Amino acid sequence: MSSQLLIEERSATSAHPPAFTRKPKKARITPAGVGAVLVLALLAIAWLVPFVWAVITSLKTETDAGSTPVTLVPASGFTFDAYAKVLGEGNVLTWTFNSLFTSVMITLITVVTSALAAYAFSRLDFSGRRWLYAVVIGAIIIPPQVLIIPLFYEMLTLGLVDTYWGIILPQVIAPAMVFVLKKFFDQIPIELEEAARVDGASRLRVFLTIVLPLSRAVLAAVSIFVFIAAWNNFLWPFIVTNDTALMTLPVGLQTVKSAYGVQYAQSMALAILAALPLIIVFLIFQRQIIKGIATTGLGGQ
Amino acid sequence: MTTTVQSVAAAPRQASRPARRRHRENGTGWAFIAPFGVFFLLFLIVPVVGGIWLSFTGQTLTGRGGDFIGIANYAEALADSDMWRSIGNTIWFTVLSTVPLIVIALVMAVLVGLGLPGQWLWRLSFFLPYLLASSVVSLFWIWMYNPQLGLINSFLGFFGGEPVAWLQDPDVAMIAIVVTTVWWTVGFNFLLYLAALQNIPEQQYEAAALDGAGKWRQLFSITIPQLAPTTVLLVILQVLASLKVFDQIYQMTGGGPGGATRSTVEYIFEAGFTGYRFGYSSAISYIFFALIVIVSISQFTIMNRRGARS
Repeated sequence: MSSQLLIEERSATSAHPPAFTRKPKKARITPAGVGAVLVLALLAIAWLVPFVWAVITSLKTETDAGSTPVTLVPASGFTFDAYAKVLGEGNVLTWTFNSLFTSVMITLITVVTSALAAYAFSRLDFSGRRWLYAVVIGAIIIPPQVLIIPLFYEMLTLGLVDTYWGIILPQVIAPAMVFVLKKFFDQIPIELEEAARVDGASRLRVFLTIVLPLSRAVLAAVSIFVFIAAWNNFLWPFIVTNDTALMTLPVGLQTVKSAYGVQYAQSMALAILAALPLIIVFLIFQRQIIKGIATTGLGGQ
Repeated sequence: MTTTVQSVAAAPRQASRPARRRHRENGTGWAFIAPFGVFFLLFLIVPVVGGIWLSFTGQTLTGRGGDFIGIANYAEALADSDMWRSIGNTIWFTVLSTVPLIVIALVMAVLVGLGLPGQWLWRLSFFLPYLLASSVVSLFWIWMYNPQLGLINSFLGFFGGEPVAWLQDPDVAMIAIVVTTVWWTVGFNFLLYLAALQNIPEQQYEAAALDGAGKWRQLFSITIPQLAPTTVLLVILQVLASLKVFDQIYQMTGGGPGGATRSTVEYIFEAGFTGYRFGYSSAISYIFFALIVIVSISQFTIMNRRGARS
């Protein structure tokens, strides 16, 4: 949670998206340059190997995957059998849907409630604002892991164990996001809102028609990170779901892991299938970043 | 100042007006806060307070033993060698993981920042693992570490090395977990370093080049000092994140072999959901929380002192 804060702060405070602003300089071919490429290539290979190895394994027959010596190209050729088997069991699709549904709900609720609260902390004058904000900021330090026992006990009392809401609700509080959004709202020139206020627009109207459209970039950044965190969250959904039909992908994967035992090809196919949705989302998100650079580049002139 | 200038007759009105003006938006303000506030109260404040209460009871999952038993849980925890071992493991993991997670990220960012060809490939390979759920990462690496069929032992065998039981040998299991963790999360630190790197003014390098400073000199005299604030922040965040380790350990070794990799969060989880002792588990949670608070406060104290000196 706290580590996500940084990236958002950056995208919130700087007009340029991080990491993609400066065009790469043209490097001349020098011994040092060749050395740098070599080190980079070695690092990249080291980082890609576990992926590639998982893909290769998933495309083998179980016999080939489980035989020694280990080979890159299997004796009986590549096959999609493992994927067919894993998908045929049906659970993966259910878990993907559960992950998608809970993550979208968590993102929606978190962003809407955090943005409203952040706007109030930034602009509205009400009694108790200061101490309330202090409490919210102080809450950033509380590790969610510390609350698993009392939260589970609370879910038992509310009858929310093994329900979607049981997965969703405890994940919608993100004090760090309130902080990021408040910092952003603080920077919006107050004159923009005052003009509308003089014309008699309500606070909600000002918020919806003036503030939100100006905050699209930061809202997108917050949404993306809340979504990724929710999609990948393991501990809480693992605790609150026992029903296989309600599990999210990470939880489902962990619970069937031992069932696959020595079926290495299938277990890798399962891992790849679970990894795919977010990788696809990331590739789409990347394109948006590039688009963002193009528009800010034009707007900056 | 202004009140002394104003006439005495206007004084009563002046006195009541600032108070009203100060809180003129109570209704709207609380309405905006309400949705967040309700969730904050229900799913943060209630469990925080509830956890403190539970930690003073003998509550179990079955619902029995909810009576107040004073500090018995805390006394038991402080004498529990398994808890201390889990704290030791957690600190050991934090020390082992933080250094490579910072250093490798810095090396990656500096190399990618040189602007060599293949930018897209470098960024994607280093950042991609960060997008994976812990369960996927664990499946990948359990397979990599497989003693007979794993790629790592095959690689070692190719060079005549003996196979290592990475996740089954208590001496190397923690190292194996750290390697997996570095692979998984270094991409985030890398991206932050890369962003910071690109905020260093180009003129500094140009000036240094004019003064005859070579690339290495520029790296140590400009790049690394300019990245110092980022490094400090990353260390702070990394230490706090590493102390909360649970997922990959639970999934890859289950805390084993023989408790050699069991982290504090895992011990909390096991006391609560394997031992069904909610009260005892809550007490350990708050001891752990105290540890986190102490670490955070000391980090910020050190940072402020350094900031004040420079």
